[in-house]
Amino acid sequence: MATSANYFDQLRKSRIWRSIFRSGTGTSTLHRSLVIQQDVFLHLFPTKVRRRMLNIGVTWYLGTLTFGTFVILVSTGVLLMLYYHPSVPQAYSDTKDLQFVVSSGLFLRNLHRWSAHAMVFLVFAHMFRVFYRGAYRPPREFNWIIGVILLLITLLLSYTGYLLPWDQLAFWAITVGSNIASAVPVVGNKIHFLLLGGNLVNANALLRFYVLHCMILPLAAIFLIAIHFWRIRKDGGLYSHSSQPPAIADISATKEA
Amino acid sequence: MRGAMPDEKPAPQSKSTDRDRRAFFVKLGLGSLSIAAAGTAVFAYQFLSPNVLFEPSPIINAGQPEHYPLDSVTLDVNSGIYLIHSNEGFFSLGAVCTHLGCLTAWNPELGIIACPCHGSKFSRTGAKIEGPAPRPLPWYRVWLSEEGNLMVDRSTTIGAMQFLRV
Repeated sequence: MATSANYFDQLRKSRIWRSIFRSGTGTSTLHRSLVIQQDVFLHLFPTKVRRRMLNIGVTWYLGTLTFGTFVILVSTGVLLMLYYHPSVPQAYSDTKDLQFVVSSGLFLRNLHRWSAHAMVFLVFAHMFRVFYRGAYRPPREFNWIIGVILLLITLLLSYTGYLLPWDQLAFWAITVGSNIASAVPVVGNKIHFLLLGGNLVNANALLRFYVLHCMILPLAAIFLIAIHFWRIRKDGGLYSHSSQPPAIADISATKEA
Repeated sequence: MRGAMPDEKPAPQSKSTDRDRRAFFVKLGLGSLSIAAAGTAVFAYQFLSPNVLFEPSPIINAGQPEHYPLDSVTLDVNSGIYLIHSNEGFFSLGAVCTHLGCLTAWNPELGIIACPCHGSKFSRTGAKIEGPAPRPLPWYRVWLSEEGNLMVDRSTTIGAMQFLRV
């Protein structure tokens, strides 16, 4: 144990390590803060978190769990893309091949599908949790709005992914769903035409939904998730008194009196 | 004292022209950016609207009228139309539900057209009986080709109760 810790210490002091991680090797509070502050990914998070904020009762970890399902969905989705062709003659048989021919294909597809369901559930649970704790209140209104947009992106990801197996369920679900879009006043039929790339759910629609599902919507989600995490820090961390619901503040005040 | 500083007068003047010039260039810059943004929006819209569609022709050759016995309702699943031979003559209805685009089906026992998705029901002439459908099923133009085949144009709707007598 001691030797492996020594090796790690040696590694952290090496020139290569120091060129990548510039925050130094100390164990002081300053050094530990710098590790967070000077990392492109970790700097989105607060440099310091109180231990009681990490109790499961504070957040139930619902946002973290949502992000966990998103990571699973991206990694399994990229692997599924290696065997899936978004074309009318191949899409359905590729899906069948993933189920019955590709090694671990069934596992990956099921993991993708169940994680997608879990993500929608967790997003709603996260929003209910934030709503009932009053964490949407100032100064966090903007982060709530970003969360609502992320909810819409999650639902659109589910919707666009629904078409890709190209079976009867997919075809009719997208037929019905895209016809709902044409109920928009004045521009409804134009939206329907642009969404499907035609008047019918056909090859163009399959390709458009594929590009939306695998490129445009995930990139938009990653972009907004980064802002969402960063705003938690900027808006005062997981909990601050200014976001405490006034009703609860009144109750505690009367108790003290 | 005013006369003592004659050469200071041009200075504020040149300052104000500086400001005017800056405001002009800001306006010019913002204006050209707006024009470019509007142009980009137009190009984006045009790019996203396909100019050539590989969709089936709206005109359908339904074959010889003798294939449709009197008092029959025939659904063509591929083209989404009914060809109906009634006592008054031939007519064709769109089989796609006017609610959200599901394919309806003819129910011979009840003598109605029913949508499986959200329960809209139509009479044999396309009139809505019940359900969420906002409009009756459309009547399509039907005519006889030179070879004597029944032709249906799905892109041309006609008023109800215009029968083709053969």
